[in-house]
Amino acid sequence: MSQYVLRRLLIAVPSLLGISLVLFVVLALAPGDPFSELTTNPNVPPEVAASLRAKFGLDDPIYLRYLHWLSAMLHGDWGFSFVSRMDVDQLILQRLPATLYVIGSAQLLALLIAIPVGVYAATKPYSLFDQVANTLAFVGFSLPTFFTGILFILIFSITLDWLPFVYTTDIKATGIRWVLEMIRQAIMPVAVLGLFQAASMTRFVRSAMLDVIRLDYVTTARAKGLGQAKVIVKHVMRNAMIPVVTLIALQMPAVFGGAIVTEQIFRIPGIGSLLISSILSNDTPVVMAVTFVFACLVVLFNLIADVLYGWLDPRISFR
Amino acid sequence: MLDKELRSMIGQVKDGRMDRRAFIKRMAAVGLTAPLANQILALGGVAMAEGASTYKPTKRGGGGALKLLWWQGPTLLNPHFATGTKDQDGSRLFYEPLACWDPDGNMKLVLAAEIPSIQNGLLAADGKSVTWKLKPGVKWHDGKPFTADDVVFNWEYAKDPATSAITIGVHRDIVVEKIDDLTVRLNFPKPTPFWAEAFVGAPNCIIPKHLFADYKGAKSREAPNNLAPVGTGPYKFVEFKPGDLVRGVLNPDYHMPNRPYFDTLEMKGGGDAVSAARAVIQTGEYDFGYNIQVEDDVLLRLEKGGKGKAIYAVGGDTEFIALNSTDPNTEVDGERSSIKTKHPLFSDPAVRKALSLLVDRESVKKAIYGRAGRTTANFLNGPEKFVSKNTSWEFSIEKASKILDDAGWKPGADGIREKDGKKLKLLYQTSINGPRQKTQAIVKQACQKAGIEVELKSVVATVFFSSDVGNPDTYPKFYADMQMFQIPMSQPDPSQHMRRYISANVATKENKWQGQNFPRYVNKEYDQTIEAAEGEMDPVKRASLYIKANDLLIRDTVFIPVQHRLKVEAAANNLRCIISGWANETDNLFDWYREE
Repeated sequence: MSQYVLRRLLIAVPSLLGISLVLFVVLALAPGDPFSELTTNPNVPPEVAASLRAKFGLDDPIYLRYLHWLSAMLHGDWGFSFVSRMDVDQLILQRLPATLYVIGSAQLLALLIAIPVGVYAATKPYSLFDQVANTLAFVGFSLPTFFTGILFILIFSITLDWLPFVYTTDIKATGIRWVLEMIRQAIMPVAVLGLFQAASMTRFVRSAMLDVIRLDYVTTARAKGLGQAKVIVKHVMRNAMIPVVTLIALQMPAVFGGAIVTEQIFRIPGIGSLLISSILSNDTPVVMAVTFVFACLVVLFNLIADVLYGWLDPRISFR
Repeated sequence: MLDKELRSMIGQVKDGRMDRRAFIKRMAAVGLTAPLANQILALGGVAMAEGASTYKPTKRGGGGALKLLWWQGPTLLNPHFATGTKDQDGSRLFYEPLACWDPDGNMKLVLAAEIPSIQNGLLAADGKSVTWKLKPGVKWHDGKPFTADDVVFNWEYAKDPATSAITIGVHRDIVVEKIDDLTVRLNFPKPTPFWAEAFVGAPNCIIPKHLFADYKGAKSREAPNNLAPVGTGPYKFVEFKPGDLVRGVLNPDYHMPNRPYFDTLEMKGGGDAVSAARAVIQTGEYDFGYNIQVEDDVLLRLEKGGKGKAIYAVGGDTEFIALNSTDPNTEVDGERSSIKTKHPLFSDPAVRKALSLLVDRESVKKAIYGRAGRTTANFLNGPEKFVSKNTSWEFSIEKASKILDDAGWKPGADGIREKDGKKLKLLYQTSINGPRQKTQAIVKQACQKAGIEVELKSVVATVFFSSDVGNPDTYPKFYADMQMFQIPMSQPDPSQHMRRYISANVATKENKWQGQNFPRYVNKEYDQTIEAAEGEMDPVKRASLYIKANDLLIRDTVFIPVQHRLKVEAAANNLRCIISGWANETDNLFDWYREE
């Protein structure tokens, strides 16, 4: 097992190198200039933009810039933001808590809805409950988050005036009131994201369950006289969860990556909004760091999913 | 206006026979007011008016929290590195200049004790130096005194090319010397009619020497205080998260009496303009939102909510269509739009003239800009005294058609006019931005009716405005026949704005398209006018030269002005905020308060 993990980790190194190379080249070739705003400002002589470009090494050939970036990254130096003139890791760490809190809660909410609803719907296929759950799930993932987000704002903030729609990181309260405020301002974004995720996940859980529930061993289990609850939870669910685990594991990086649209709508200072504003201002070091971290997480969670398979299904051996 | 008449009027003001307001009114009548009417008086020997303060609170603090919403939040807080106005706005919360501009373009003192004038001997009569007296007793937020050394240091810091300061252009040609602890003199290499540039306004705030002295030059980016400002301003720095949040708290030692009014300050970043307008005007979650580029219909609808309103400030920003003087479709030595070519269609003045008749400025105002725009016939729309009264505009498809008919452009079989085998087909580009695409559509429609085929192109703003040499879609490359955008006018003086279009500045492959003359306008008369204006110390003659320069640009239809755009902000109904079209939004923040 440990050998398997080690081997997988070693395989990850070249793939991460490849990913980083592709990312870097694409970003370097992409149009735009971090100092473009300067060129439209008549007060700023063009030499300033040129000297800034030279200072940040933007005029070097791509392969040199890539090697610089790679060696810095190996030393734990994530780069330096052109736009904010601060270290990228600091910038990302500042944004991480809000993202983890909001997106993490949304994923949790999605799981809490999807698994029970999906499982229950699968045990009674085509019942009224199943029909309603299916319809709602369909509606849920047909509505994009930018639409539901604005809809929620219009209903809960503007018409009813219950919830704030601008997320603030400096709530002026302490103790229990602070906690309550934190929850209050997260309700809308968490609901928007969580319900969207839950919708597709419910359908997935349901179909995974249905695949398993028809198998002979389930009939055998029932024939042994086991109760419905035990059959479903111990026999059906455990096997049905294998593809669900993959899905969830692959979605975990998104918890760190943030949700670009939702963060923008509710002004959540998370990784997603950092990424989009960095892309818009051509702040390549930040874009590079965020996307690369994202890539690392995808690779890592893939590995975790594979390890979890073995635990869920001992027939899958680590070779 | 005759020179003599002006002199006698200045004399009257000096003797007290005419009051300042009457003088400015007279000037306005001939097209001369705003910031520079006052500078005229300063150069004529009468001190510049100090901007009147409307500040009412009688004690410091007690105003609670001020919540500002900047939909593009500041990303750094050192004024010398401020790449955009958002960063200048953020820096200005804590740092201060010597003086700033009020809404009428009058100078307001901040760290200076006196407005320089020839009368008080602080302004040299030849315009080659200006002396600033500093306010005594001003302290940095960390308790250290603010002195002339700080001012001199800012000059040294910014002019050092290794620092890579954005403010280098303002500082590199001047010499700043310390006279005594509270006096500095700025020496200019040549007569400088507009002397209020260095150390004035939000872009030129002063940073403390004792914290930045070790980080001048190549080490500038390592300064810890780049992200944690220690200034002299009304609010002390508390916290900064780039792009997200800036927080400040009342400075109990602030050097202006009874100020500031608010106890804490918060500037939240992120999101978009529409929802920012909503949060201020409709729900009242925030007190003030900047740069609300939202359609007027939407604003009017939000204002029905009754918690806030849109406010406007007049500056000199002009949305224009530039016509290419060179041929974008012919390549010479690997360069399109080369200065060695002539535009096949626009070399006929009739075509240019016809196009300017086909831009329906009134419809653009009505349908798009609403209260945030004014129709104009001029490229230079401010300050008032530089605005030409000799120009006019009109929208008439018939007249345009007639001009084209007379010039020999006859409609072909497909309805498109042609002459000598050249068809009137034009490529019209701009950046992606709602109002711009709508304007394009309005212009295209009118052109079609007049027999001109217009192809529209929209380029992502980050590309369009970039200086990327490798990209063909940038505005300096101008690989199109016409292009539309605006160049913000960041100070109440036209010199930088008008200088761009002299022949020496033509954008070419040779200068990597860094030449600022993107329409590639070449006119000796224009060059001479600008040169004369830059050496002219007589304010009236100088203004008339810039007016002449504007008239040349319009006569030759280098630009078709589309709209004079105003700054739009959103503010809570009870917030008394002072916004100037000639300054950053936060430039007058020390005078903001809330009406109870």
